[in-house]
Amino acid sequence: MSLGPVPYDKTSSQALLADMLRIRRLEEAAAEWYGAGKIRGYLHLYIGEEAVAAGAMPCFHEGDDVVATYREHGHALMRGVPMNAIMAEMFGKALGCSRGRGGSMHLFDAGRRFFGGNAIVGGGLPLAVGLALAAQLQHEARVVACFFGEGAVAEGAFHESMNLAALWKLPVLFCCENNLYAMGTALARSESQTDLCVKAESYQVPALRADGMDVVSVRETTQQALARMRAGGGPAFVEYRTYRFRAHSMFDPELYRDRKEVEAWKERGPIHTFSARLKAEGKLTEEEFLALDARAMAEVAAAVAFADAAPFEPVSELGRDVVAQEEP
Amino acid sequence: MKISYREALREALRDALASDPRVFLMGEDVGRYGGSYAVSKGLLEAFGPERVRDTPLSELGFVGAGVGAALGGMRPIVEVMTVNFSLLAMDQIVNGAAALRHMSGGQLHVPLVIRMATGAGRQLAAQHSHSFEGWYAHVPGLRVLAPATIADARGMLEPALACPDPVILFEHVRLYNLEGELGDDPSAWRCDIRSAAMRRAGDAVTIIAYGGGLLRALEAADQLAGEGIEAEVIDLRVLRPLDTPTLLGSVRKTHRAVVVDEGWKSGSLSAEIVARLMEGAFYDLDAPVGRVCSEEVPMPYALPLEEAALPQPGKIVAAVRTLLGKT
Repeated sequence: MSLGPVPYDKTSSQALLADMLRIRRLEEAAAEWYGAGKIRGYLHLYIGEEAVAAGAMPCFHEGDDVVATYREHGHALMRGVPMNAIMAEMFGKALGCSRGRGGSMHLFDAGRRFFGGNAIVGGGLPLAVGLALAAQLQHEARVVACFFGEGAVAEGAFHESMNLAALWKLPVLFCCENNLYAMGTALARSESQTDLCVKAESYQVPALRADGMDVVSVRETTQQALARMRAGGGPAFVEYRTYRFRAHSMFDPELYRDRKEVEAWKERGPIHTFSARLKAEGKLTEEEFLALDARAMAEVAAAVAFADAAPFEPVSELGRDVVAQEEP
Repeated sequence: MKISYREALREALRDALASDPRVFLMGEDVGRYGGSYAVSKGLLEAFGPERVRDTPLSELGFVGAGVGAALGGMRPIVEVMTVNFSLLAMDQIVNGAAALRHMSGGQLHVPLVIRMATGAGRQLAAQHSHSFEGWYAHVPGLRVLAPATIADARGMLEPALACPDPVILFEHVRLYNLEGELGDDPSAWRCDIRSAAMRRAGDAVTIIAYGGGLLRALEAADQLAGEGIEAEVIDLRVLRPLDTPTLLGSVRKTHRAVVVDEGWKSGSLSAEIVARLMEGAFYDLDAPVGRVCSEEVPMPYALPLEEAALPQPGKIVAAVRTLLGKT
């Protein structure tokens, strides 16, 4: 996929770049603080895939719903969840966006209609269908962004959800982030049909494909799918072809893929390729790049300081929020 | 007015659909077919296909869609044909609906009602007859109900829908044709979904039952009365959270208890109840707590085998006699 001219002005272009840098620096810090023992549990990094969340998320309106997976730090951040609250959640603190109950895999923000952080592969798809059904029954124009990895297409939940969404013409944009590996299992080792768009189309769901390493392709393709949906066109599917530069989680020795393959994909890294294009087009100077990066790093440093200083939820609060406080 | 358990459930659905535009019913064959147990018969004609919604055979998908619709501001009622089929949807119920409030730090809640048929007695064998209520009652975040009377069949849905958390409502298949008198005034069926209910007073033993087991417990109590043994019968009604104080109060009075549960014994709701009686009323007990449960076999088809597998009044009577040393 060749990278054409960037169709945005300097300000918009730099904003996209800034967002990708914010995700990258947030996650690098998460890895660092994982190593230092401040973040525990599972930590699934999105490094390499930033163009997808950064390009797609701004296409959705404030009133739309977002459902994401356990690799969702970038999605939460792009949805507007404050970095402080995300980092504090990873640190397990009471000021985290899930009050320390969720951790890295379960970021939530009801006010921003960010419905998590689902760590059952495919588990978010039926939820997205239901959110869209609610919108349809309420005659409201909101749509649902449903992010999931290509591994989820092997789950029954994917097939049931595609069918329901198409059958009932529900406004779900199925955003499939195809990073080629479900943990360690390559797509071709798990799917008889590796063309994901064919799967979607078999349910009468229109499917588009985007270069997930190119924030422009992500944004344009998402807009195209959404324009049709917002006109009442029912669900759509977008496959974002991307790649995870880091291991699946912090426990993954990466025995299943060749270093050369990783290095080849890194050549297509979404941040440096986009920066280079902007520089070539006169929309970015090296000084501006460094300033954006420094700003991202400062935001991350402040988030880490906030998270580290924040209190843990008192253990006396353990039992809250299991069911409603008021008895029915 | 004479009304069946099935009609009572249907009238409750009709009221819910009529009174709250957020309520809708979905499930396999709830619309045109009228419900596999005919509970929703006529509701499609009354409320239309948007609100009485037939789904494909996708338990995981449509139960999950119910969870999502609840998050989106609706008050869905999802019908799952039998509890056996609900295992296909258990991920959405247990990993999703039950966990979302806590996992989100209290930001989300899932006001969803899932109705499902449970239990044996219709010779439907090992994939349509089981009682997995105890599995759901195991899970924090869920509220689990088992209407065993016409009044509860009529009355439990309204508070279940008002509950801000996911509620599972188990309808026992042996009860659908049960008929009884029920007044016209809502006061005849208004109920809470917090408490167990004493269905028969007695002083010699407490028989604890729920759902399809209640009638058998009452039948056993009648037999025992003929022998001069007055059994108190407690209907659990709410399987989670258990109304432990009511159970302990009765056992402190009778000093003996038998638990009737159509689930298997191992790792079961009956085991939980026995444990609570031991924890809370150990020194009030005059005998070990007895249990009458299903035999530990997948439910067989043939009538004599199915009957032998299930708790029967005779087994309950025998268990009570054993406790009283009257074997």
